Amino acid sequence: MVVSHKNPVSSAISLVLTLFSTAVLFVLLHAHFIAAIQILIYAGAIMVLFLFTVMFLNIRDSELRFDSMNIPKRMTFLFLFIAVVGFFASKLFSSSPVVFSELRDPENFGTVADVGRSLFSDYLLAFELTSVLVVIAMVGVLVIAKGRES
Amino acid sequence: MEIQVTHYVVLASVLFAIGVYGVITRKNILIVLMCLELMLNSCNLLFVVFSRLYEGATGHVFVLMSVTVAAAEVAVGLAFVVSIYRQKESLDIDLLKLLRG
Repeated sequence: MVVSHKNPVSSAISLVLTLFSTAVLFVLLHAHFIAAIQILIYAGAIMVLFLFTVMFLNIRDSELRFDSMNIPKRMTFLFLFIAVVGFFASKLFSSSPVVFSELRDPENFGTVADVGRSLFSDYLLAFELTSVLVVIAMVGVLVIAKGRES
Repeated sequence: MEIQVTHYVVLASVLFAIGVYGVITRKNILIVLMCLELMLNSCNLLFVVFSRLYEGATGHVFVLMSVTVAAAEVAVGLAFVVSIYRQKESLDIDLLKLLRG
């Protein structure tokens, strides 16, 4: 649905739906902290950013007409993807299955304490580098958005 | 029917394929960015699945990193979209051929 809508707003709403469903899958996989982060950051912050940009640009309907690749080309890509995914799926299903209910239920797996302990001990350098990356991105966005006229 | 790892892997690859399809076929630059998000999200799903399978928090840490990087990438991308729209008055990615030789 993200792909097929013509209007970017409906596309964004479908993306929110997809991200929520993925968050539900995270909860099923005992990744509660990641699920909360997914809803907060993806479905909250990023989607607000998208919708805000769409409204900020104030796009008229006539400007969305260009968005139509010809049908045969689209169908070719579609069949190609279905073939590739189907091939890999058949390969995977023929291998031996691992069933989740056979795994033991871990004590405190996926909680904030577990993830945080790992994040601030083993991956401290990566964490600090991520914060540097965020600062760089923020400065870059300011420079780009300010434009050249000043 | 029991839920297997294979189901999650197939779901993630289908999501990724939908994202690639959108990036290739759509011409609206906003929707291309959304499809990029979809692809990143399918990779996150795989990380969480295999982290559950091998019972370590490493996959979760990776997902945190990739969510942060995705947020930064979307912010920069949308800033580009705004400045391109100011210049070109359009969101068509086919108009972006300044680097053509």
